Amino acid sequence: MQNPDTAQPHFPKRRQVLTAVAAGGAAALVAPRFAAAAAPTVRPPSAAIYPKAAFLRRSEEGALKSLYGMSTASSSTEVKVDAPEIVVNGAEVPVAVDANLPDITGVAVLAILNPYTLACAYKLPPGTGPAISSRIKLAQTTTVVAVVQSGGALSSASKQVKTTLGGCG
Amino acid sequence: MKHQILVHATTSGGTTTVEALVKHPMDSGFLADKNNKPIPAHYIEVIEFTHNGRVVLTGFWGPAVAKNPFIKFTFAGGKSGDHIGVGWIDNKGETATKSSNIM
Repeated sequence: MQNPDTAQPHFPKRRQVLTAVAAGGAAALVAPRFAAAAAPTVRPPSAAIYPKAAFLRRSEEGALKSLYGMSTASSSTEVKVDAPEIVVNGAEVPVAVDANLPDITGVAVLAILNPYTLACAYKLPPGTGPAISSRIKLAQTTTVVAVVQSGGALSSASKQVKTTLGGCG
Repeated sequence: MKHQILVHATTSGGTTTVEALVKHPMDSGFLADKNNKPIPAHYIEVIEFTHNGRVVLTGFWGPAVAKNPFIKFTFAGGKSGDHIGVGWIDNKGETATKSSNIM
């Protein structure tokens, strides 16, 4: 498979040059062979969009207020959060979120008793599904809350995860 | 490779599922090394996924995201061979990008 990022700059080999010239295809010399694929350039995102303040909050209200401008999320059965009941090591806890709501624009995962409440947040453009799985760290036995932003409202679901070892030290 | 990103994208029934494994220490800043010296915080702040150049997911990660983060999500559309891009920036300003294709 072609991989423009890991591939070295493509310099034509001598025999390719000769073939190209023989074929009269001078243009083939200028453009790398796989330029036809027109793969978009991948740029790293800007750190400026990072909601740093939200990640420094030490309460659910504070984190939500900072992230979404609303401090409370109503508990909803339309939001699902899946995490293990008990984990030996809090350093790697799989958390899967899903929701059955229209116009979802954001998903956030919070661990209430972690040093900083907010674990991760996602911005969803139209077309992207709310089912997001990732792995987070838990400092101790705590409630994990999934918050879904849809149509300007916040809905949440929570699940207690018991840890026998912390992941945040 | 220091900043390896593994991406696997498959499409079925008009929905594309993207799975990514990102190599990163994700140090929270709360832990100390074996000489009791604090390990400074070092974690990915923003990760962005694109499909043919269009952003399909922006993730904001805090220090509580596990080491070598894994993420799985879906988006509508996408066909085999389409371009999937991943890029991230961490709190030290380090970055990495990866191009892949839907299987």
